[in-house]
Amino acid sequence: MSTDVLIIGGGLHGLSAALQAARRGVSVQLVERHFVGRHASGATAAGVRTLGRNVAELPLSLEAAESWHHMKALVDDDCGFVACGQLQLAEDGEALAKIAKRIARLEAMGLHHERLVDADDVQSVLPGVSPHCVGGAFVSGDGSADPHRAIRAFRDAAKKAGVTIVEECLVTSLTRSAGHWRAETIRGIFEARLIVNAAGAWADHISVLAGDPLRHAIRTSMMVVTERVAPRIKPVVSSFGRRLSLKQTSQGTLLIGGGSQGKLAADRQSAAVDITALASSVQAAIRVFPELRGVRMVRTWAGMEAMTPDHIPVIGFSQKVEGLIHVFGFSGHGFQLVPSVGRVVADLICEGHTNHNLDAFRASRIAIERVAA
Amino acid sequence: MSYDVAIIGAGPAGMSAAVRLRALGAAVIVIDEQPAPGGQIFRGIERNAASPVFPALGEDYAKGCALVAAFRASGAEYLPSTQVWQIEDGWNLFLTTERKARHITARAVLLANGAQERPVPFPGWTLPNVMTVGAAQILLKSGGMLPEGRIWIAGAGPLPLLYATQLLNLGGRIAGYLDTATTPKLSALARLPGAWREFGNLAKGLRWLRDVRRSGMMIKGFSDLRAEGEERLEHLTWEAAGKRHRVEADVLLVHEGVVPRIHETLALRCEHIWNEEQGYLAPKLDRWGQTSRKDLFVAGDAGGIGGWMAATVSGEIAALGIAGQLGIAANPDDLRQAAHLDQRRARALALRPFLDALYPPPRTRLADDVIACRCEEVTAGAIRSAARNSPADPSAVKAATRCGMGPCQGRQCGYTVQALLAEVHGLPIGDVSFFHIRPPLKPITLGEIASLEHAEGAA
Amino acid sequence: MFKSVLERPGVPPDMMVLVNGVETPAWDGETVASVLLRVPDAGRRSPISGTLRLPYCQMGVCFECLAIVDGIASTQGCLVPVQPGMRIESQRGPREISR
Repeated sequence: MSTDVLIIGGGLHGLSAALQAARRGVSVQLVERHFVGRHASGATAAGVRTLGRNVAELPLSLEAAESWHHMKALVDDDCGFVACGQLQLAEDGEALAKIAKRIARLEAMGLHHERLVDADDVQSVLPGVSPHCVGGAFVSGDGSADPHRAIRAFRDAAKKAGVTIVEECLVTSLTRSAGHWRAETIRGIFEARLIVNAAGAWADHISVLAGDPLRHAIRTSMMVVTERVAPRIKPVVSSFGRRLSLKQTSQGTLLIGGGSQGKLAADRQSAAVDITALASSVQAAIRVFPELRGVRMVRTWAGMEAMTPDHIPVIGFSQKVEGLIHVFGFSGHGFQLVPSVGRVVADLICEGHTNHNLDAFRASRIAIERVAA
Repeated sequence: MSYDVAIIGAGPAGMSAAVRLRALGAAVIVIDEQPAPGGQIFRGIERNAASPVFPALGEDYAKGCALVAAFRASGAEYLPSTQVWQIEDGWNLFLTTERKARHITARAVLLANGAQERPVPFPGWTLPNVMTVGAAQILLKSGGMLPEGRIWIAGAGPLPLLYATQLLNLGGRIAGYLDTATTPKLSALARLPGAWREFGNLAKGLRWLRDVRRSGMMIKGFSDLRAEGEERLEHLTWEAAGKRHRVEADVLLVHEGVVPRIHETLALRCEHIWNEEQGYLAPKLDRWGQTSRKDLFVAGDAGGIGGWMAATVSGEIAALGIAGQLGIAANPDDLRQAAHLDQRRARALALRPFLDALYPPPRTRLADDVIACRCEEVTAGAIRSAARNSPADPSAVKAATRCGMGPCQGRQCGYTVQALLAEVHGLPIGDVSFFHIRPPLKPITLGEIASLEHAEGAA
Repeated sequence: MFKSVLERPGVPPDMMVLVNGVETPAWDGETVASVLLRVPDAGRRSPISGTLRLPYCQMGVCFECLAIVDGIASTQGCLVPVQPGMRIESQRGPREISR
């Protein structure tokens, strides 16, 4: 079957690009090696955060923030998004000073989404927070969503828009001739004019198959989910300079993460939880919210995602191979960007260009200069 | 702390393995969830020895006394009331006793954590006062608890009959027995010759049945059993001979056989084999009980249901296998022969093929409104609809429905999800995988894991 | 619904425990989950639907016996032997963080 575009990777970024391109009338197929949302998209804490973003990502992030507040318009579901706020704690004066400096810099750029808060503000946003927290940053319009609900909503909307989604479909080779891609998969041959590499932790592998070899690391951030508890923690909580994220989901479970890394298998195909490393994230959570001590953890996991050296994604056309668009490497914070990056990739697919400046995201940053013969 | 062997479970398999390994001079630690040794089969045996309950529990129960005494005398370090919540390569075991977490290492691990009753959802199985036969028997062994009022038993297999006999011996009463076993098939009878060698056991089973028939109602050939009531069980209804029957009930005890506990071996990514006849997964084991992973052994029902006698022997076999592999015993094969372990195991398992064929797991279609996941209250219908929208992968159903995300961590719904996925995708059940089991093996508190870095021996 | 065969008229129970504040007789060897079955409405309430649940498996795999034992929430009652004076409270719906 031949279409305008073949998207490789059924994570949220692949689905979002597929959906938004299909809505503009191009024919889209999406292949996923497992099932949609199997890896990073399903393993995420689903924070919807502009707070503390890398400045290069901010234009995309601020556009996405708008979309999250009107998500129903995009996928006919709010994806469980709640604007419960994001609170970044400062656990000492030095952290608070750094936060203040960051906010001053943003203000100078005319960006006013982050607000500096003091110890009293912190207590009122998060009653029960340890008194050693001296202040922090707060973004009231940020929040969090339900990742599985988001996956279902994007998948269903994409299908409705005409995208063909083929799961359990591993790509084994990619060849290009006469302006056309031919993808061999375990479920047959797919042909397309354009290919989008949205393969997450396996994006390097796809880049090699496509002839534009790129290199990235794999993040294996661990998460803890607890039993359901009565509603208590409203904002998504992080701590400046520490490996901590803490939120309470709409089901009442608590999600604790923050970047403690699991163990990546030698074949880079799976990741396992490292309990000792995880203990430090949990310690960080208990330090800022001591009452958590008695809550039971039910499940932990280590998600897998591509990570670039500068921790910002690769988005845009390959500089080496024609008809190839990369979108991966979100390095652990891509969830919020899903609506805007999908729109940008759809621009590239449909128009060949976009209004956002993608220079910071170019693939050549992580190109393997010399490919082994 | 560091040991040659960490044994998980102080039932027949774990205890006999510990005794053997200690006799060979190994440094052994035995970790068990329960406060006293014996496993579920010999639960409370030391305390009950002087209790009026003891004679009623039967001859087999009394046979555990010697094994528990030998275990106590073996010199194995014994950690009761302790949960193992994570096992990492190496082997590193993370434990919690009395809400304190700690970490030990061992050169080999023996999982001897037994079985659990097969979860069989049906309408009303979450109602208070509906529980398993095994649960009722544990209550009897633990505090001499007998159910009162109109007691109904629904199920099949040896355990309901045994429990009913024990109950009657203690002056209890049974209002009725809903026998879900199908008429013995030719396939079962064909395996009987092997069972004749264990004629004693068979005769006992027939005696149980006769006792139960005398005690109350015996109902066969029914379908669509439902437990009903407002806040708790009030009555049972079922379909038989084209008619709906209804009886008052205070307690319903259900049982459809037992299945190995596989969370540990699944979490450790051991290879498993689907037992089609009994509808369960069991780790693939070599002739010493070693899993597909080196120095990780399984003995007893956790490796496939065989009953307590076979478990005792397999514990000894695994002990010799471990001792051989660790260089503690130079001649495990000779020791195996000298103790006639293979013959003893064959005898202990003689009746098993007959029982397995006689009591296949129920495979009736689950109605859409039946709760499959007790913790998250996910219905069979919700699982089916998620299954229709995804590949035949339990992880996808879990993500879409929250089924298996509650505190029981999929112990009650795993096989149901597997069966429903197979049904929706038209696959043999054995072709669908089980949930991906993620740590912790038991829900420990955040405070316990946080205390780890300071714990002795923690990295 | 359950009664100990060890219970005899005129013979005191092995111990007393407090179930939701009520003095309740208990016997050596029984667990918290066993006591929950003998006291009316002492079960947990599901954090999802709020329906009443009572212990189901008694062997550590169903988690229907979760209770607050001596102030510790979400304790698996079937794994905890009773102790004289033990305080057992029903866990109704989602637990609080702070207990």
